[in-house]
Amino acid sequence: MEVTTTWYLVLGAVLFTLGAIGLLTRRNPLVMFMCVELMLNAVTLTFVSLGAELGDLGGQLSVFFVLVVAAAEVVVGLAVIVAIMRRRPGATADDLSVLGG
Amino acid sequence: MDVAVFIVSAVVVLSGAVGVLLARNPVHAALFLVETLFGVAVLFVLLDATFLAAVQVVVYAGAIVILFLFVIMLLGVDRAEDLGVEPIAGQRPLAVVIGASMLGLVLTSLIIAVDGPTGADGSTAPLGDAADNTRLLGESLFTDHVFAVELTALLLTVAVVGAVILSRRPTGPLQPLPVADVPTPTATDGPEDAGTGDEPSAGGEGEA
Repeated sequence: MEVTTTWYLVLGAVLFTLGAIGLLTRRNPLVMFMCVELMLNAVTLTFVSLGAELGDLGGQLSVFFVLVVAAAEVVVGLAVIVAIMRRRPGATADDLSVLGG
Repeated sequence: MDVAVFIVSAVVVLSGAVGVLLARNPVHAALFLVETLFGVAVLFVLLDATFLAAVQVVVYAGAIVILFLFVIMLLGVDRAEDLGVEPIAGQRPLAVVIGASMLGLVLTSLIIAVDGPTGADGSTAPLGDAADNTRLLGESLFTDHVFAVELTALLLTVAVVGAVILSRRPTGPLQPLPVADVPTPTATDGPEDAGTGDEPSAGGEGEA
């Protein structure tokens, strides 16, 4: 038995689904962010495995840029969460419905 | 050997992901996230992407998760969350249905429809063996993709500036936030705390 690319793709799909379910169900904004990281990791795994399948470095190059964007996204997102939590300690995602006006 | 490594890593990855979903304490969720990230790093090694495996451990586990933990400790939200409350009726079953249907669609297209991935060989750059991985990545990044690399530098600068501006304490008196309809004590305490916390700083500025 040999590990084929399909195995990696199935694992990436399952990981992405778990991240999406977590994003939809959890209320703590920090944990929701962690679920976004899970989904990003699923996508990077898919990129690298398809790059290996097609003998191309492009998959790994894409993952490099995905990493950079993920780092920037986490920095800005956590700053937003800190700013919200300072005004409203213990806020959950549902409490921010006041933004609707 | 590869099969054993893959299965062990897959179990580690998926158990970490389930842990993030089910952990009541955000600190535990962050530690489960580290578990998942290490599993993905092992899979990168299995795929001969050695540089990305190292970056995964250093940047994700070493920087991003530490940033998460810093924010958790800074905000003091490391209390256990009550997962028994379901604020929107039917939210969780609906989320599971959405997730399952998404997974079903992807797996259908992946396995049943085409029997594995297909496609022509890529033409971006040749994929060397594991020993050459870092050199090839660096050559490709700093020749063909040098403009994108410069743009990421700009992006990171903008992100840092944005984070600094967002996390500054605002000067001057704050308008109290409208109180949400959620009958929790924290929701009603929030605006009062913000109001009282701001008055000394505004007074201090007046004296200066």
